[in-house]
Amino acid sequence: MKRLPIRLVSVLLLTGFLAWCLAPLWWQFVTSLKSDAEITTVPPTYWPHRLTTDHYAALFERRPFGRYLWNSFFISTGATLLCLAVATPAAYSLARLRPKGGRAVAALLIAVSLFPAITFFFPLYEMVRFLGLANHPISLIVPYATFNLPLAVLFLVAFFRTIPPAIEEAGLMDGLGRLGILTRLILPLSAPGLATTAILVFIASWNEFLLALTFLPRDEARTVTVAIASLSGGSIYELPWGQIGAAILLSAAPLLVLVAFFQRRIVAGLTQSATTG
Amino acid sequence: MKSSRAAWWFLAPLLCLVAVFAIYPLVRMLVLSFTTQNLETQFAPVFAGAANYQRAWHDSHFWETVLRTLVFTVTAVGLELLLGLAAALALHHSFVGRGLARTAALVPWVLPSSALALGWIWIFNDQFGVLNDLLQRGGLLSSPVAWLGHPGSAFAAVILADVWKTTPFLTLLLLAGLQTIPTELYAASALDGASRWQQFRHITLPLLRPVIFVAVLFRTLQSFGIFDLVYVMTGGGPGGATETVALYTYRNFMRYLDFGYGAALLVISSGILALLTAALWLLVGRGRSLS
Repeated sequence: MKRLPIRLVSVLLLTGFLAWCLAPLWWQFVTSLKSDAEITTVPPTYWPHRLTTDHYAALFERRPFGRYLWNSFFISTGATLLCLAVATPAAYSLARLRPKGGRAVAALLIAVSLFPAITFFFPLYEMVRFLGLANHPISLIVPYATFNLPLAVLFLVAFFRTIPPAIEEAGLMDGLGRLGILTRLILPLSAPGLATTAILVFIASWNEFLLALTFLPRDEARTVTVAIASLSGGSIYELPWGQIGAAILLSAAPLLVLVAFFQRRIVAGLTQSATTG
Repeated sequence: MKSSRAAWWFLAPLLCLVAVFAIYPLVRMLVLSFTTQNLETQFAPVFAGAANYQRAWHDSHFWETVLRTLVFTVTAVGLELLLGLAAALALHHSFVGRGLARTAALVPWVLPSSALALGWIWIFNDQFGVLNDLLQRGGLLSSPVAWLGHPGSAFAAVILADVWKTTPFLTLLLLAGLQTIPTELYAASALDGASRWQQFRHITLPLLRPVIFVAVLFRTLQSFGIFDLVYVMTGGGPGGATETVALYTYRNFMRYLDFGYGAALLVISSGILALLTAALWLLVGRGRSLS
């Protein structure tokens, strides 16, 4: 008999927590499915009288929204691949080869990660201008990969340490070099760690705003996070709220899919640094 | 010997990227802060000594944004910590749908801030906004409010948006921290007649301190440098009421094209961040190394 109220309380708590987390996004979803006339009715309706997908269609027909999504996808994927390619050997070195000064490298990475993005943006902008790379995806891919190195390296170091050293000793016996051990023995065993890192780097790159705002002035070059902020109607007084709602949903959709499928991995990746450190 | 050389080869690409795209920008900012490079000098760098720092010292607008950003950071991170701790304790003891809660907690965290900022503008809209409607239905408000149109409420709205986005993240970190505390400690102290509050005060809080330190430090640094949410949600307005340090600095670079001065503001902000980090270290993190 005593268990019932406790159960009830925890269901209520959970419901409250879910409502807090999901309500603002849910409201954009509802808005995106309403007609323009219904969006501007007072009081607002909490579910559309008539569902419409016009706003989603308008994003692709009247604006290059598909292009924005592609830009974001291309840049985030490029940054993720570059970041992993650089972080993996580095993390292996720090975890297993333990060079003198390895701790200093780790400390340097942590120190760099403490600065907000605004500290770096202007010198990077100078480089981009100097090299004539404005509007080019590479102008974001390389900085994004660099900014995510601390997270990627520290996470992978912890992951590599969980792999039994006996495997490498066997590899050394068989005459594999360090590179051979890394690519043939360690990497196949590290798929879970690499996947978690990749997801976190992809999400961070997709969401970056400051550099994307500054380095990609041309409309077709924009990423979705910047493009969405410049959605506007005829004047600032008539913002296309239906389209904005639809754009918010679409800009978040790839990330929501990642969250839905890899919830456990993401949480493990995020919490590891704070709890084991 | 051979192994050590391999170790550095493996680190070489990392060190190159970090040197060129992270260390060089930091050094460049420091150098730039001692020069004047703006429209007046036709963008040629002219050595200026400490002139930019002297100017910043007398720039009351800058110090207002610093104070505002500090108030924002302390309020937002404080609320996030309180709410996050409460939610983590509640979810820790509940067995229903923890996976569901974890997935939901990731939704605010994963959303792009700029997209989210637009979403909040719509929620806070004076005529058609859902917040006004809900508050009026609940009898808490007699007539609609233009939340983003007044300095105080706009500032509160930005804090709410930030708290919404980051509380679930803090909840997840604290939840993971709670799971590392051995349950025997609670059982033993219960035998000794400790109350729930005593257990929280003397077991949960001390053992959670390392997690709280990392989480609060991380959030403080992030919050002090906040840019995208404010840039899109209010643009710093109305009347500069929500302008943060990052916004003002960005404006000095990209609108006033005053690069030397902008750099000096960044160096000063970095100094303030270092002080904040030290303060947090003394308050919460003593006796624990960062890595």
